[in-house]
Amino acid sequence: MSILVVAEHDNSEIKGSTLNTVTAASEIGGDVSILVAGSESSSVAEQAAKISGISSVIHVDDPIYKNFLAEDLGNLVVSVADGFNYILAPATTFGKNFLPRVAAKLDVQQISDIISVEDADTFKRPIYAGSCIATVKSTDSVKVITVRTTAFDASPMVDSSVNVDVGAVVDSLNNSKFVSDEIAESDRPELTAADVIVSGGRALGSSENFKIIEALADKLGAAVGASRAAVDAGYVPNDYQVGQTGKIVAPSLYIAIGISGAIQHLAGMKDSKVIVAINKDEDAPIFQVADYGLVGDLFEAVPELTDSV
Amino acid sequence: MKILVPIKRVVDYNVKVRPLSDNSNVDLNNVKMSVNPFCEIAVEEAVRLKESGQASEVVVVTVGGDESQEQLRACLALGADRAILAQSEGLLEPLAIAKVLTKIVESENPNLIILGKQAIDGDNNQTGQMLASLLDMPQATFASELKVEEDNALVTREIDGGLQTINVSLPAVVTTDLRLNEPRYASLPNIMQAKKKELSIQNVSDLGLDVSNRTSILSVELPPVREAGVMVDTVDELVEKLKNEAKVIT
Repeated sequence: MSILVVAEHDNSEIKGSTLNTVTAASEIGGDVSILVAGSESSSVAEQAAKISGISSVIHVDDPIYKNFLAEDLGNLVVSVADGFNYILAPATTFGKNFLPRVAAKLDVQQISDIISVEDADTFKRPIYAGSCIATVKSTDSVKVITVRTTAFDASPMVDSSVNVDVGAVVDSLNNSKFVSDEIAESDRPELTAADVIVSGGRALGSSENFKIIEALADKLGAAVGASRAAVDAGYVPNDYQVGQTGKIVAPSLYIAIGISGAIQHLAGMKDSKVIVAINKDEDAPIFQVADYGLVGDLFEAVPELTDSV
Repeated sequence: MKILVPIKRVVDYNVKVRPLSDNSNVDLNNVKMSVNPFCEIAVEEAVRLKESGQASEVVVVTVGGDESQEQLRACLALGADRAILAQSEGLLEPLAIAKVLTKIVESENPNLIILGKQAIDGDNNQTGQMLASLLDMPQATFASELKVEEDNALVTREIDGGLQTINVSLPAVVTTDLRLNEPRYASLPNIMQAKKKELSIQNVSDLGLDVSNRTSILSVELPPVREAGVMVDTVDELVEKLKNEAKVIT
């Protein structure tokens, strides 16, 4: 078996999601190659060559790949797909954006968001916002798959490097252009990579009040998350959202504060190792998934918690 | 400018979906069906473009069974001008749906195609991208803002870590994220009026496409249930447990 993993990176560093995807590829079994497509991205190709379980790296460097536009990236992946039995990418907004284009061009029904590899053709994936888990068997000769990163450990980095081959650029269709990025700058860890997450819900009441969440997060070295209700109410930016339609997270410790626990939110965090819920409503569904629950006024409990950790 | 909006009939988002007792699939007996929420956002965006004078016609289309007419009528009540049902036997997969939609696009020639980023049943997040790929069109997925200009569109996309704005030439495929707009409710007069709007039916089997399923569901199960935890009475007790029992803080 021959497996291609399309690397997610920012042109200087490989992202953790790539390492999780390599682990999923290793569980399928076979030769795993990584495609690094970017611009001025040689440091990424060097890092990719040191990922455990990799047999080769294909590096394609050109300004057209700088912003990972789906049209050019999709066509590039199609151009290198020949000979691979599997094509994998992380189920992040990076992978979700371009991989279905590849699948369509190859006439393959993509399997999205797998959480386990059962055998060479069979995978488990959540459906209905995580209410059910489907076991799906693919009959396509090539499998095109996105991987839920929280369901697979990160493949470690090793000291030795495999070969980096230079791949050919595919002419751009020039029908889509990058205009600008607005990436939130923060000293806190990234939500999807954080070991500890403190999340706030609608009960916070205002963006001003969200500062008590941030204070606790900073004390714990944690990332800050939010429920969809808090995001929709405008307390925090949308990239804070944890849930089926936001970010899927699985930290060692997830502290849900003033979050009732809608199915949509639970789908995004229920694989966390330890869940703490603080809510004034003792019937809130969040308590059904929490390892430790505290019924009380968050405006008293959270500052007290911040002082005692 | 003509806008095509592909939509999907799905289980209503308030329904708690469970597996069938034999675990062969999900139990869809007697559950309420609705327009997929992301599709409603797509219809709303198209209707707003028409109301602002930028679009001349909004056509909704779905690929599904006869019962999907109900959801097409709901979209007509929201302000779409006419509807097309591409009638299929059984539920098609995203790749097959995208293939059927290419035929609709070829006959309708829209300048813009807006659809939901994913359906809340399969959560696949594929159809828009596949359609764009099959048509060799540019795409703008997960849109939170859409500005249509003469022959291009500026789209702000929700990506991990923030927002990205791209400029796509038209015709293009745009998929909607939650914050693009807040869909309206259909008024009673509009619901009545929608019954008189044109709804045409085509047979998928007449299109000469390979729409066969490429995957099969072997089983559907409930996700593993988390062990019920404990309630603590004080913050001190919580901190003590996190330090000494769970050992997640020091």
